[in-house]
Amino acid sequence: MTTADAALPVTSTPAVAALAEASGKAKRKLTSPWASLAALVIAVLWTLPTLGLAISSFRPAAEIKTTGWWTFFTDPQVTLDNYRTVLSTTGTGGLGSYFVNSFVIVIPSVVIPISLAALAAYAFAWIDFKGRNLLFIAIFALQIVPIQVTLIPLLTLYVDGGLAGSFWSIWLSHSIFALPLAIFLLHNFMREIPRELIEAARMDGAGHVQIFFRVLLPLLTPALAAIGIFQFLWVWNDLLVALTFSGSSSDVQPITVALANLSGTQGTAWHLLSAGAFVSIIVPVAVFLSLQRFFVRGLLAGGLKG
Amino acid sequence: MTTTDKFVKMVEAIALFLAVVGLILFLASRFSGRKGDRVVAAVFLLPTAVMVLVGLVYPGVRTIYYSFFNAAGTAFVGMDNYQTIFTSSDQRTVLRNTVLWVVVTPFVATAVGLLYAILVDKARVEALAKAFIFLPMSISFVGASIIWKFVYEYRPDQSGVQQIGLLNQLLVWLGLTPQQWLINTPWNTFFLIVVMIWIQAGFAMTVLSAAIKAIPEDIVEAARLDGVGPLGMFRFVTVPSIRPALIVVLTTIGIGTLKVFDIVRTMTGGQFDTSVVANEFYSESFRSANQGLGAALAVLLFVLVIPIVLYNIRQLRASEGR
Repeated sequence: MTTADAALPVTSTPAVAALAEASGKAKRKLTSPWASLAALVIAVLWTLPTLGLAISSFRPAAEIKTTGWWTFFTDPQVTLDNYRTVLSTTGTGGLGSYFVNSFVIVIPSVVIPISLAALAAYAFAWIDFKGRNLLFIAIFALQIVPIQVTLIPLLTLYVDGGLAGSFWSIWLSHSIFALPLAIFLLHNFMREIPRELIEAARMDGAGHVQIFFRVLLPLLTPALAAIGIFQFLWVWNDLLVALTFSGSSSDVQPITVALANLSGTQGTAWHLLSAGAFVSIIVPVAVFLSLQRFFVRGLLAGGLKG
Repeated sequence: MTTTDKFVKMVEAIALFLAVVGLILFLASRFSGRKGDRVVAAVFLLPTAVMVLVGLVYPGVRTIYYSFFNAAGTAFVGMDNYQTIFTSSDQRTVLRNTVLWVVVTPFVATAVGLLYAILVDKARVEALAKAFIFLPMSISFVGASIIWKFVYEYRPDQSGVQQIGLLNQLLVWLGLTPQQWLINTPWNTFFLIVVMIWIQAGFAMTVLSAAIKAIPEDIVEAARLDGVGPLGMFRFVTVPSIRPALIVVLTTIGIGTLKVFDIVRTMTGGQFDTSVVANEFYSESFRSANQGLGAALAVLLFVLVIPIVLYNIRQLRASEGR
């Protein structure tokens, strides 16, 4: 090591130290002990209810019924029986088939509306036709229709069409309810793609279908993923649509309906409810956490221009 | 139906759907030029137009029409259903509860979200700290209701019987008598509202935190040099800077709260005077078979949502215009 090299850190240290001290001071000011305590209290209040049910889901049924979950810390008894019962597709208390229904419901209910919305948004964004603005405003305005207003006439239509109590009634309903917002959001994303890009492709002789697939789709992936996550969470967590259209058919009812029914029965079966609720919670949380990257990127892509 | 049957049905449905989309794309690729544009737009919009007309417009109009008919939908009764909503004592409790929900939830959830966003801003563990408040947002309302029902669980106050709900155990530790939180009116409505606040605070925090981070650093620095304290900073710098975001958060939570159904249905089923308009709509339509009153309640929901949405859109426009 030469002296010059050694001198460098020496000269720069005071500056670094001063900077660190300044930022440290700023930090101390922002995070006073009272502020930290208040934040901690909120964080605990927000976590404790979930923690209580999570711990309970691993305790034996008889224990959950007679002692509080906090006794777990003094007398830890752990079992996986609740999860085993809940995940089985047979027997009383088996909620496995309802989880299957949730998956069967959610996949088409995400794929169908987003594909159709992408086509419609393309037409609104990049094709000139008469009455375009009027139609677009009409679709935009339909967002405010609460789904409650549509349920009974829609159910009557399904009964007449022989679709009542089938997956089709739920897939179609979720798709219909998702369309206005999905079209509006995708339209905004599509308008932000530079016009020159589309014009250049058109000059090369590309038709609308080619432009849609080769130019727009690759650029829209983050936006599609973000809207897909929203729709996934919405459908997976929905109760009202499923309750209305699945009727009393346990072949079709998703997990939310099964849990809501279980929670309404006398002498609440907490060992089933706690484990069941947890399995139903894990799926959206996992989807959200693993796709958060897309979510953020999609939002940023929307916010960069505009 | 076996699990395999269900998945086969699902794959069939997706295949059928892809075939329809394929046909649309095939038709669209056959046309080009100015005239072709119109055909392409028509085939791209056709499925959406059909679904929206049949699934939203027609049912909406039909429901408005039904709201002027009797329970069975057979005789015209004029405004009777609407009169019932505003005069019968049961329905007035429903309206009172709905007002409580819509007034309390947005403000408390936004206040908590804003406070937390400020407290953890620039803290070392900010991302982790935010996750605690944020995760309830991805949970279903049904799941959240079960979590809180367990907190409120009540066991008879006898010797040898232990409380299993955290809230009642806290009372016991403090030497007080356990309460039936979900049954004692009118306070039970507030204990239901807590669940909605618990869910929505994360949304408020996320949006407001982004807005706070967008406040220009020089404004904050200038205020600090002027000797503005933390409370003054909040009052004169933070709140005015994020005002548009605050209003969007308040109105968005307000709209969601107006339509709240899952929480009430899962926790009390609307019993013990806890029903709200969206839950009452479900009960009247599907349990009491009173189609007319159910339709009128749905229309009421529609009418109540409109002004909030319009205000929300105006604020969005205003904030984008900046």
